[in-house]
Amino acid sequence: MSKKREFISGDEAVAIGVKLSRPHVIAAYPITPQTITVERLSEMVERGELNAEYMHVESEHSAISAAMGASAVGARTFTASSSQGLLYMTEGLHYASGGRFPVVMMNANRSVALPWSIYGDQRDSLSLLDSGWIQVYVEDAQEALDMMIQAFRIAEHPDVLTPMMVNLDGFILTHTYEIVEIPEQSQVDAFLPPFQTPNKMCFNNPKNMGFSSQPNDNTEFKYQQNLAVLNAVKVLEQADTDFATMFGRKYNGMVDEYQSADAEVLLVTLGSVTGTVRDVVDEMRAEGHKVGVIKIRYMRPFPEEQLQSLTAKAKAIGVLEKDISFGYEGTVYTNVNSALAKVGNTVPKLNFVGGLGGRDISKADIRNMFLKLQRVAAGEAYKTVDFFNLNVETNE
Amino acid sequence: MSDIKDIIKDENLVYKKTKVLTDNVMHYCPGCSHGVVHKLVAEVIEEMGIQEKTIGISPVGCSVLAYNYLDIDWQEAAHGRAPALATAVNRLHPEKYVFTYQGDGDLASIGTAEIMHACNRGENIVVIFINNAIYGMTGGQMAPTTLEGMKTATSPYGRDIKLNGHPLIITELIAQLPGTSYVTRQAVHTPAAVRKCKKAIRKAFENIGQKKGTSFVEVVSTCNSGWKLSPVKSNEWMVENMFPVYKPGDLKDE
Ligand SMILES: Cc1ncc(C[n+]2csc(CCOP(=O)(O)OP(=O)(O)O)c2C)c(N)n1
Repeated sequence: MSKKREFISGDEAVAIGVKLSRPHVIAAYPITPQTITVERLSEMVERGELNAEYMHVESEHSAISAAMGASAVGARTFTASSSQGLLYMTEGLHYASGGRFPVVMMNANRSVALPWSIYGDQRDSLSLLDSGWIQVYVEDAQEALDMMIQAFRIAEHPDVLTPMMVNLDGFILTHTYEIVEIPEQSQVDAFLPPFQTPNKMCFNNPKNMGFSSQPNDNTEFKYQQNLAVLNAVKVLEQADTDFATMFGRKYNGMVDEYQSADAEVLLVTLGSVTGTVRDVVDEMRAEGHKVGVIKIRYMRPFPEEQLQSLTAKAKAIGVLEKDISFGYEGTVYTNVNSALAKVGNTVPKLNFVGGLGGRDISKADIRNMFLKLQRVAAGEAYKTVDFFNLNVETNE
Repeated sequence: MSDIKDIIKDENLVYKKTKVLTDNVMHYCPGCSHGVVHKLVAEVIEEMGIQEKTIGISPVGCSVLAYNYLDIDWQEAAHGRAPALATAVNRLHPEKYVFTYQGDGDLASIGTAEIMHACNRGENIVVIFINNAIYGMTGGQMAPTTLEGMKTATSPYGRDIKLNGHPLIITELIAQLPGTSYVTRQAVHTPAAVRKCKKAIRKAFENIGQKKGTSFVEVVSTCNSGWKLSPVKSNEWMVENMFPVYKPGDLKDE
């Protein structure tokens, strides 16, 4: 049987992935660069191709609230946002995760105001790591489509029951076109059974779906929520394996790597920049440099053990991210560094911060990072946080 | 044939762009109402001699870049929050002329709470409300103000009242609030309408000087890119379809 392929954008791939997952409710407020996804979904609903309720709400705060309401009556629910919209949802994100409503969201990674910008970086979702959502970052449109299907399965698993955010780089992934393989509906149905949850309103077993807690039980709720995200590790790995069996594409769960086994210096990445890094690795390997890359896929739960073992032999490690936690360092770096500190990995670790507000990260930039890591591995002094490609004079 | 230099002379001058409007080329689509309304606001500011006393609060929407075109002080607000910012600026600078400039997505969707409360408190500000019945900047999705049956990027088969409710006639609601003194609905589709709209904007700004509370000027507008019509057709469509729902005229003048 020939496989169905389409030439589509990342946003469209997300819409198709969501459609194949048969959601009952979609609630969203438009924001660039997420809009194409919700436009396609509203079209599918209006054309009758997708039997779902599309709720045109008045804001993201309402979108996440409506999504929670839908999930609370047992509906499979999708929402999508970006940047300012995602941040405007913040209160509801915690409500949804605390209430254990497995809503799935697509977030188009975009910079955060001020200065106002529609272009990409990862500060929006990374600033919400503590909202209790599972967070995955994809590298291309195919992975975006595939992860929508996996996300419902992971989020809705009875051991998890936690909402999940699928992040894709604004414009770089949302608005660029690729050939994407479209899974068969029957196979998706086999992979993703209908949503079943004990956590829903039910006339036969009436219950209250939102609650207040006191100091005597709040910690226990949060303990369970923490366990739920940790439980997601096994569930997402199983989903990855089963997905590979069914569809022939494997993403390697929490992290992916390329040429890391014998690498002397490593770059740790998140999202679409990984493709460029792989190219640079190939070029530099051809010249005899032992360089490699580790791509973090899941920021929550965090691939602590995988990072610890994959980096064990490197002499210097760089974390490349489109994020900065002002006054400290990039959030990905903090997380990686914490994981490696636990196993006493004391090799130099640099944080390459850049690509903010949509600035391109070029092959030359990445080559410079690898070269710098090599010099640092050989003993050159370094600063932890390196804002690369700065157009201002610094006297640092 | 005379040289262009011979023609450009003071005595030949019939029209001059107000100096409050900068020389920057506007990013608005040809035919969009935003540019005309910008010009009217700028002219009123110049004619009243209040350029140094006017503070604009810009929205998120196509007019997020209004600061490039009107040479006054500006503050940018998060989507929908301009009235809250304007409240603060006005309270601390009561002698200044503070106005918000907002689209219908900004004012009548995500920012409904802020506009209602600012108007209810009767903040001594002007609100310029550009209602094009669509989210223009994000590519033409359905807004609360979208007309029944109107096709948008998220209602490709037309707005269904049963699913999406009625077009939100927010200006009528605002006219009910005792904090507002002047509430009017205008348009800029003909030279006569442009002149009328300018008078309304002028009255609104003059009300600030008289401490009359909130003055609210809705401008029923076109978004020809979002509506997928030519500029001329957009104006016709607006008169035919928008005016019956968003009826031009004064709603309140106290
Ligand atoms: C919190 C938040 N949600 C969504 C957006 C995306 N967004 C930008 S402009 C806009 C709507 C603009 O429509 P309108 O206010 O009618 O102004 P117009 O562009 O039509 O002039 C939206 C939804 C945003 N910037 N912030």
